[in-house]
Amino acid sequence: MKFSWSATIAVLLLAAVVFTGCINGAQDEEAEEELTVFVAASLTGALTDIAKQYEILHPNIRIITNFDGSQALRTQIEQGADADLFLSANTKQMNALRDQGLIENGSITLFAKNKLAVITPASNPGNITTLHDLARPGIRLVIGTKDVPVGDYARQILNKMANDPAYGPSYNTSVLANVMSEETAVTGVVAKVLLGEADAGIVYTSDITPENRDRFIVITIPDTFNVIAEYPAGIVAASQHKEEAAAFLAHLRGEQGRATLAKYGFALP
Amino acid sequence: MAIHRDLREFPLKAEIRVRSGETLVLIGENGSGKSSLLLSISGILEPASGKISLGDRILYDSTNGIHVLPENRDIGLVFQNCAIFPHLTVFENVAFGLRRRKVPGLEIRDRVMEHLALVSLENLSNVRGDQLSGGERQRTALARALVIDPALLLLDEPVSALDVVAQERMRSALRTYVGNANIPCIAVTHSFKDALSLGDTIGVMERGRIVENGTPDEMMRSRNGFLHQFFCGCRWEYNVHGSGCSPD
Amino acid sequence: MTGRSYFRGRNNLLLTIGAGVLITLLIIFILTPILSLFFRITPGQFLASLSDPVVWNALVLSLVTASISTLVIIIVGTPVAWINARHRYPGRELVDTLIDLPLVLPPTVAGLALLMAFGRMGLIGGIFYEYGISIAFTTLAVIIAQIFVSIPFYIRQARASFEQLDQVYEHAAQSLGSTPLPTFFTVILPLVKAGLIGGAIMSFARALGEFGATIMFAGNFQGRTQTMPLAIYTAMQGDLLASITLSVILIIISFIVIALVKFRLRGYTAR
Repeated sequence: MKFSWSATIAVLLLAAVVFTGCINGAQDEEAEEELTVFVAASLTGALTDIAKQYEILHPNIRIITNFDGSQALRTQIEQGADADLFLSANTKQMNALRDQGLIENGSITLFAKNKLAVITPASNPGNITTLHDLARPGIRLVIGTKDVPVGDYARQILNKMANDPAYGPSYNTSVLANVMSEETAVTGVVAKVLLGEADAGIVYTSDITPENRDRFIVITIPDTFNVIAEYPAGIVAASQHKEEAAAFLAHLRGEQGRATLAKYGFALP
Repeated sequence: MAIHRDLREFPLKAEIRVRSGETLVLIGENGSGKSSLLLSISGILEPASGKISLGDRILYDSTNGIHVLPENRDIGLVFQNCAIFPHLTVFENVAFGLRRRKVPGLEIRDRVMEHLALVSLENLSNVRGDQLSGGERQRTALARALVIDPALLLLDEPVSALDVVAQERMRSALRTYVGNANIPCIAVTHSFKDALSLGDTIGVMERGRIVENGTPDEMMRSRNGFLHQFFCGCRWEYNVHGSGCSPD
Repeated sequence: MTGRSYFRGRNNLLLTIGAGVLITLLIIFILTPILSLFFRITPGQFLASLSDPVVWNALVLSLVTASISTLVIIIVGTPVAWINARHRYPGRELVDTLIDLPLVLPPTVAGLALLMAFGRMGLIGGIFYEYGISIAFTTLAVIIAQIFVSIPFYIRQARASFEQLDQVYEHAAQSLGSTPLPTFFTVILPLVKAGLIGGAIMSFARALGEFGATIMFAGNFQGRTQTMPLAIYTAMQGDLLASITLSVILIIISFIVIALVKFRLRGYTAR
């Protein structure tokens, strides 16, 4: 029989498909349940760890995480995406879902808190040392869109500062005029500061980790202006795995979960 | 007029010489290199080596590195497929060369209409190139090549698309033109009528070389099989009883 | 020979039905999402949305940047396509492959690459930044990203059009005394016009729809870099109505684009 390239490729493709099918099948045999968790982007590191912990403790559960801006996740749930649990970075997005009856009654609980901070690249190309410097013309600032929690919080902070005579309303306008880009998730803000493209970004304190601490300069936002970001968790009403979701939620709020959250820079309720 | 040349590729090697006011007709089988020869003389194809001169002007000389660009050679060229610009009217097609030479508008009008009359196309001057029939295209191509008063005329199948009557008229118009303008002319053709009627000399091309040449009379008496078929329409065979046509 | 005669005869009934089902399914597949957009918004809401600054800014920005990009692409791409179509030079195949590269590059990769090159920390951007010129995160970046991803569309079409053009016309022009530049404008361009316009329209459409590279390289800022696709993505997470309005506008424009291309190219092949 003559050697035919097309036949060989067809056979290889078929084998690949069958092979992956077998693997998936094998996995399905081992994992009895899949739990899909929609998580606010700022929790990426913490929840990845917690999910792994949970899977070790419960070998028959597989956790699938979807990290994105809370507002994006909310839209996905509204449009029918298959989620069991929603971890949001602010109550606004969660309440919007609750008001539409998309969250299981009574399942909403606060599981973490956060604050915001200003970061600049370690090289500090914008020469920013105080919050006042953010209003300097020409500064390249990156914040979140008005819908993403970290962007919403940032604007709340700026509004608070506008009411303080030390800064005033012109501070608010000047800072917003310096915005170079609005990101749909806090991870985008961090990335742009890390790349050195932005002079400064307004992010969560939890975004500054032991690993990346030396790549940033952190400028604290005084508590008088800062907001307490409250992170609610809720079980999705359409979920097929409500019990498992509740169990995972309990773990999140339990000792191990809280310890991990604290490790990643979150405050705890 | 003296034209010498060697060519490339296949390999085309030719030496020709044409006098002003006279026409050399090249005949030969398809693929013998006739059209390539015309393109080389016009400069559109560049030869590998050789020399082309037009009177005192040297158009091409490989040993001295001279290659005059086709647009500067002042040669009138009619292509095998006419190459009429489809997006321009008959008038604009014929006027094309004159416009490029920055001839004033009024003069263009006169000269174009004069040459359109020569090829009997005055009534179609506003028709677009892509709407012409084959014969009309060919006549436009002729007018277009002649209107610029070239120093040398190169014709590739100049009347093949015309009907018999028009062919006769065109041939005689061309003969007159070449004689009056006193320029050399080289024509390539399949038609023996063209060869006899237009040619002061005939050259036979075979595989890139000119294997025979001479006056039409000489050619007709030649023993060359191709020529015989060309002129008499039948195969030439030498048999014991004498040469002549054998039944096909 | 018309298509209908192919299906004549009873034993071809199965074929006809099969083909019909296939075509119907395909049309349903394409039309349903598009029509759904139209059904989710009332004309009143649509018109009201048009005055929303988010919508208006994005619309104007998209149309202006895509137009500029297409213009640049035509000016730069036409000579390049011509040279590659007519002249053989060492490395021509490589140049052709490189020109096609943005076609297969995922837009986000393109965006990151552009950032690495033209961001203020970038290879070239760094130099400009020293002189106070910012490239990334500006409207200029939007245009650059659009040009980067759309230029292959134009050049491929232009080159194909040039290659399909019989060389005899250029030769005829030459023999009549026309130098290359006048020949290009009086003979060649008019004859390939339809193909070039088709290519330009395709580039325009691609530029208009560009998202991944834009959001990476130009960022997301209303009025300055938030093009229609970016606005749709951002708005969808808060204000669905604005999102749908922009999507409907984009669909209408896309439809016009396709109609224009078909109309133009049909005229071209008929010649």
